[in-house]
Amino acid sequence: MIAVAEQVLNGVQFGLTLFLMAAGLTLIFGVMNLVNLAHGSLYMIGAFIAAATFNASHSFIVAIAAALLGTAAVGIAIEVVVFRALYRRDHLDQVLATFGLILFFNETVRMIWGATALYAQVPEFLSGQIQILPGVPYPTYRLVIIAVGLVVALFLYLLVMRTRIGMLIRAGASDRTMVAALGVNITLLYTLVFGLGAALAALSGALAGPVFTVESGMGDDLLILAFVVIVIGGIGSIRGAFIAAVLVGVVDTVGRAFLRPLFALFMSGFAADNAGPATASMLIYILMAAVLFFRPEGLFPRARR
Amino acid sequence: MKSSSTRLIVATVTLGALALLPPISLFLGQDFYIDLFTRVMIFAIAAVSLDLILGFGGLVSFGHAAYLGIGSYAVGILAYYHVDNGFVQFGAAVIAAALIALFIGWVSLRTSGIYFIMITLAFGQMIYFLGESVNQFGGDNGLNIERHSRFADFLNLDRPTVLYYFVFAWLALCLGFGWRLVESRFGMVIRGAKSNETRMLALGFRVFRYRLVAFVISGAMAGVAGALLANLTLFLSPSIMHWTRSGEIMMMVILGGIGTLVGPVIGAIVYLVLENVLSGLTEHWQAILGPFLVLVVVFSKTGLLGAAGEWRAKFPHG
Repeated sequence: MIAVAEQVLNGVQFGLTLFLMAAGLTLIFGVMNLVNLAHGSLYMIGAFIAAATFNASHSFIVAIAAALLGTAAVGIAIEVVVFRALYRRDHLDQVLATFGLILFFNETVRMIWGATALYAQVPEFLSGQIQILPGVPYPTYRLVIIAVGLVVALFLYLLVMRTRIGMLIRAGASDRTMVAALGVNITLLYTLVFGLGAALAALSGALAGPVFTVESGMGDDLLILAFVVIVIGGIGSIRGAFIAAVLVGVVDTVGRAFLRPLFALFMSGFAADNAGPATASMLIYILMAAVLFFRPEGLFPRARR
Repeated sequence: MKSSSTRLIVATVTLGALALLPPISLFLGQDFYIDLFTRVMIFAIAAVSLDLILGFGGLVSFGHAAYLGIGSYAVGILAYYHVDNGFVQFGAAVIAAALIALFIGWVSLRTSGIYFIMITLAFGQMIYFLGESVNQFGGDNGLNIERHSRFADFLNLDRPTVLYYFVFAWLALCLGFGWRLVESRFGMVIRGAKSNETRMLALGFRVFRYRLVAFVISGAMAGVAGALLANLTLFLSPSIMHWTRSGEIMMMVILGGIGTLVGPVIGAIVYLVLENVLSGLTEHWQAILGPFLVLVVVFSKTGLLGAAGEWRAKFPHG
């Protein structure tokens, strides 16, 4: 039972890491109608900047700040240089151009930091464990990730639903021509949203660095998971992304931890050794297929225009 | 009229050049090119199969490497159990790829637009992780294949030149089949549904069924490419199913010219030769290839073939 609780918490933590990625992805798609495969690269860049800064400065706060600012700058740069030419193009062109960007960023990171993984460590003041229940210790750092994820979710909710910028973002998502006609600087709005999305991806990467491996291409597989999240949640919906991210995180983590022992109850050990991990790795895709089968536009579809 | 005659010229020249490549490279003592271009033609088949649904059907399937992998694993797994009859292996590859495409298409084709791109992408990754986690067949380390597929005594695929012409024959077959398909009534329905789905539905065509059949044909053809690839590399690895591989195949289609049959072939040649040349120049070749791809997408709508057509239109007598 304790093991289950621990794995569920791990799942929530992974899910919130995913949410930080997926929130930016879904905002950018919702507002600009842009498919950005290079979002995984921004996550990677965030992780690298944070790890390198931390190793140099030994300050966690400085590392996070550097990752956010540096990655937001990279994000804004590619928005201005590449994406402005792509907004009016179809999704296929966007997919391919951003695929080219992935190759470029993976290689650039390899050129700067080398082909081997960069060592990222948990800062000392967060490296301990906390008793979440009597007799159940849990790593402080993972709890911090959960806390940060929840705070960012609340911040995004307030930003999108309660502020003027948020109102413009929502308006831009439903009718950008009208918003532009009303005198809003839509170009600036796009750049701002893109910078925000990049910063969120960087935060995700910076926090995940000590938990996963900081290496070139680390964002490629996570990107697909973030896509699964926003497809399940309904593209353009922050609320959907949040719920789907936690769902995907928990299903994936718990599946990987318990499917093999579960299969071993009614299969030979050998069969369970093969079928357990295979099923666990496919679980979230099966979940996605099931959701899309019944709700082709995700759990929280956008209102029809 | 003009663009189709351009295409015919390009197709004839390309296939002619591919047919003459082995004797020339043997004469020059550059056997290496036989290997490279066998690979090129295999990916050309995969790219043509993708273009059947992508270019002609408007279905942006982003998980095409999965079928390549399934064809490859069908050959490899049969070889692992000492079944090396080529007819059995290739039959299994085609049937397995077609069945998986049937399932993936059946679920995915209910969605459209961006959802279709992402769901096919996710299914592709699902197959990739399946290959990676089944340790029986090598897991993520991969698995050596002991022998080439055996068809007949005169067709000894151990010899690189024989394998080359075997792949060449498949490429010609797939191009011929593809041409018949897109010009047929079936092809017209698929193309009609791309430009105006509502109208096709109103005319009484069950668009979903036509698309599903096209999806299955495309998957089966990619399965053949996978079976050929297993014979070239004699190695099974889940990495041929990774989503970035799907991106590469899609890139070949766009690079050469989407919605044509010879375009993907040109795209495969340019992409893989460029990759080969650049990786010979610097280990950081992807830092050059990436921006090149971005430029191609931003500045060209119809790929290299389109550029050739424009050039011909500009200089009609040149």
